[in-house]
Amino acid sequence: MKRWLLWLPFLGFVLLFGIVTFGLKAPTDRTVKSAMVGKPLPDFTLPAIVPGKPGLSSADFAPGKPRLLNVFASWCLPCIAEAPQLMALKQAGVEIDAVAVRDTPWALRDFLARNGDPYARIGDDKQSSVQLSIGSSGVPETFLIDAQGRIIEQHIGDIRADDVPDILAKLRAAR
Amino acid sequence: MKRALLPLLLLVAGPALADSNLPPAALANTQLKDPALEAKARDLMYTLRCLVCQGQSIADSDAEMAGDMRALVRERIARGESPESVRRWLVARYGDYVTYDPPFSWITAPLWMAPLLMLGIGAWLARGSFKRKKK
Repeated sequence: MKRWLLWLPFLGFVLLFGIVTFGLKAPTDRTVKSAMVGKPLPDFTLPAIVPGKPGLSSADFAPGKPRLLNVFASWCLPCIAEAPQLMALKQAGVEIDAVAVRDTPWALRDFLARNGDPYARIGDDKQSSVQLSIGSSGVPETFLIDAQGRIIEQHIGDIRADDVPDILAKLRAAR
Repeated sequence: MKRALLPLLLLVAGPALADSNLPPAALANTQLKDPALEAKARDLMYTLRCLVCQGQSIADSDAEMAGDMRALVRERIARGESPESVRRWLVARYGDYVTYDPPFSWITAPLWMAPLLMLGIGAWLARGSFKRKKK
């Protein structure tokens, strides 16, 4: 047997050790990204949930203006933190549609009265079915939809004040 | 008296406001009437990852989203869809991460090939040692 072969198990060990150390040192990222980014919005139709505000269907995203699809809920605390940023985006002329996940009309009415209402339409997603169909795994999440109705980006978690310019720029670029 | 009550009140945990007020979906915790379909749905549920409590399958998880995913699986299976097609639907949305039965690809190749490789090395080592004994 060749002498150098003796080193092979040791090299194997070093390699494995390296992989394990790398894996342990790398920060864990538990966010689940949607695989739907870059694809057209799937077909769906959701009924209205708040009186006076239309429901939401995928047909509303037919060729037009790039816009935001906000996945939120009145029972979600980070959604409250996000509300001022959504209002700012609305003020900047962005059209925001929403999917309300597992919500009730009265809780949602209170939520909108307290935190502001930046939404053009709100769809009632009682069983999270639309949330699941666009690959969202929590609230709040915001999807950037381009003029052709394609998902161009997914923002996971609440939108912070310093995310707003970036979102505006991306929507402008998607025109 | 009030002071005595305070620690007691503190013992009552404030509810973590991370869940909705809606009851679980109809098919989240109810089996399908047809036992054969239910068995199919259940087998599939054990191989799908809960996206909220990521170490659990949706069959094991109490998270609301897992309940909604169980309802989705049962509805689709009841409609006559095959478990593999439901799995593909979810993988198209969440990537391979959502399934506990990872498909073969370049990334998962080491996972599937390593045992074969190890067996091969083992056989080769064993052959070497047996030869020496015969001398």
